[in-house]
Amino acid sequence: MVSGLSSMPTQSRLSNQRTRSAWLFLTPMLLILAAVAAWPLFRTIYFSFTDARLDGMDEAQWVGILNYLEYVDYGDGDGEYFGLLADEQWWMSVWNTLKFSFVSVFFETIFGVIVALVLNVNFKGRGLVRAAVLIPWAIPTIVSAKMWAWMLHDQFGILNDILLNLHLIAEPVAWTATPDTAMVAVLIVDIWKTTPFMALLILAGLQMVPGDVYEAARIDGVHPVKVFFKVTLPLIKPAVLVAVIFRALDALRVFDLIYVLTPNSEKTRTMSVFAQENLFQFDKFAYGSAASTLLFLIIAIITIAYMKIVGLNFDEER
Amino acid sequence: MKRSTAIIALSAGIALGSLMTTTAFAAELAIVAGATGKSIEMLRTQLDAFEAKSGHKVSIVTMPSSTTDQFGQYKLWLAAENADIDIYRTDVIWAPQLAKHLVDLTQATKDVVGDHFDAIIESQTVNGKLVALPLFTDAPALYYRKDLLEKHGAKVPASWAELASTAKLIQDKERSAGNSGIHGFVFQGNAYEGLTCDALEWVKSNGGGQIVEPDGTISINNPRAAEALTMAASWIGTISPKGVLAYQEEDARGVWQTGNAVFMRNWPYAYALGNSADSAVKGKFDVATLPVGKSGDSSAATLGGWNLAVSKYSKHQEAAIELVKYLGSTEVQKQNALLLSNLPTIKSLYDDADIKSQQPVIPRWKSVFLNAVPRPSAPTKRSYNEVSKEFWTAVHNTLSGNGTAEKNLAKLEARLIRLKGDGWK
Repeated sequence: MVSGLSSMPTQSRLSNQRTRSAWLFLTPMLLILAAVAAWPLFRTIYFSFTDARLDGMDEAQWVGILNYLEYVDYGDGDGEYFGLLADEQWWMSVWNTLKFSFVSVFFETIFGVIVALVLNVNFKGRGLVRAAVLIPWAIPTIVSAKMWAWMLHDQFGILNDILLNLHLIAEPVAWTATPDTAMVAVLIVDIWKTTPFMALLILAGLQMVPGDVYEAARIDGVHPVKVFFKVTLPLIKPAVLVAVIFRALDALRVFDLIYVLTPNSEKTRTMSVFAQENLFQFDKFAYGSAASTLLFLIIAIITIAYMKIVGLNFDEER
Repeated sequence: MKRSTAIIALSAGIALGSLMTTTAFAAELAIVAGATGKSIEMLRTQLDAFEAKSGHKVSIVTMPSSTTDQFGQYKLWLAAENADIDIYRTDVIWAPQLAKHLVDLTQATKDVVGDHFDAIIESQTVNGKLVALPLFTDAPALYYRKDLLEKHGAKVPASWAELASTAKLIQDKERSAGNSGIHGFVFQGNAYEGLTCDALEWVKSNGGGQIVEPDGTISINNPRAAEALTMAASWIGTISPKGVLAYQEEDARGVWQTGNAVFMRNWPYAYALGNSADSAVKGKFDVATLPVGKSGDSSAATLGGWNLAVSKYSKHQEAAIELVKYLGSTEVQKQNALLLSNLPTIKSLYDDADIKSQQPVIPRWKSVFLNAVPRPSAPTKRSYNEVSKEFWTAVHNTLSGNGTAEKNLAKLEARLIRLKGDGWK
């Protein structure tokens, strides 16, 4: 008790000092974050409750939740709901985004694990292959989207040319023309592009796995497949889960691939495309802001739910 | 005496000096334009001439050819009061939507507006303010392969039904003769502004109105419009490749100019390019007005065209206006007509002897664009882009077999009514 009392002030002074200097070092970063992340986010949320237009933002008037939901009574007992929450095109784009994110992240994870396992093996020229695998990820998305758009073109595209010459198809496939095949094309390009990113993150996890575990398994004569599922996978699980959340965050706000590769149809429109259209193409800045706000909320909810479900905890000491 | 001479000499010197700085004042201008065919190369040579003449420097900021893509970017720049771009090349439909950000050219162009067609000047005048000076006008044509039509004894189709049967006939015969890459008809079927133009022509030439009438009435949900769209949907996969649903102007021209289409719907710029040295169809094609729905209906061509506008946020407005006037001048429009087959907006050029002999299509096209159908950008005001999107979505859904024309048009009407509210704003 006595010693506790006497030691407390010194400890507290020291920790106070440490806390102070920690804040001091954190302040610049917090200020920058506030300026580039918190402020724009706050503005977007604010605009979603106004009637702002792109070329008259200063004249914006507060309108409450009208952009989200509004019941218009026609006066004869009949009425209709308006606003984002009642907009079937918006919910369609939410559904499109979720579908795209799930399928793309699912395949990217599987391919990412496979590529990481291959790259983890010692072989000649491994450094070169590792660098080469990263190329798709290094190309700016808009460039690769355009590149693929040409390769997938039904008349001039190299993909159709190859398939025709191999007699795999009888006539050219118009990949990007109809909503169904366009979504497949987008998925192909996205998986091609971001599998290296997944592989890289998972590879980092793989390299943390101590070699003696494998040695022990080999001495015990465990089948390699069993080793993968019983040893490797549990050990790299944290790395995979983190990689998945990174990718999912990215996939949920997909814009460029969809914009370039698909016809502007409600069957392929994602949340970001919906927001961009309303913000900049149409004269509905406030409505687009509401869409952006919902997009933010949806991504936040999905992330939190995912972390809860898989038990991912970034504060946990590992 | 001596002192006063000195003062006079000094003040004269100052006056001369200030005069020289104003004349030698050189601005650095930036013009932004979408790239289609050879238009950017041509613009560069014209800008070089302007630079030599005026002493200003001009750089080009190139944009994609899709008008939808351009508009989104321009609107963003203008709303942000961007001073980096001085001159915008604007689509004919944008005037009401961008007017607020553009310099009033009425005073500066007083001396030349009279040379242009009144209707075109009118289209660029918003609330009595001339927001852009016309550069060229546009009205599409039906391009057809003279050689193939002759070979198979077909005549130029007058109706859409004739076009479909002729296209099918020639396509099938050519394919069985070993020309496997040939298609009957290509057009702009991607879901973007271009599809609004194409579909407006099908609907209007079939007596189905023009989506939203000049008085603001929503007219699109009618049996004749549905009939026109059903007909267009029947082309996909028969006379038109399925890929046409992703084509814009340049994709259609790509198929056409490599000799792989019997018919094409496109703007006049494709005429000069089709006759260029590396074209597979050089000298083998001609143009006609677009077909009609039924005999007795009249052909409809959507009015297009590009204009030059000066940004209010430009720091060199005077120099920019000087450039706009130069690019819109008779001399430059004549060059564009001769080398790019762009339709001039200056009346006298339709009687020009050089144009008549080198681009005979241009004088022939005068009546076509004078009777062209405008898109409903004037009655729908600031909502035009959304109206257009709803329309092209309904059309693209119909073409890709996603619901019948009747169903999609009924849905479109409901959406437009909702958008209109108690009046177009």
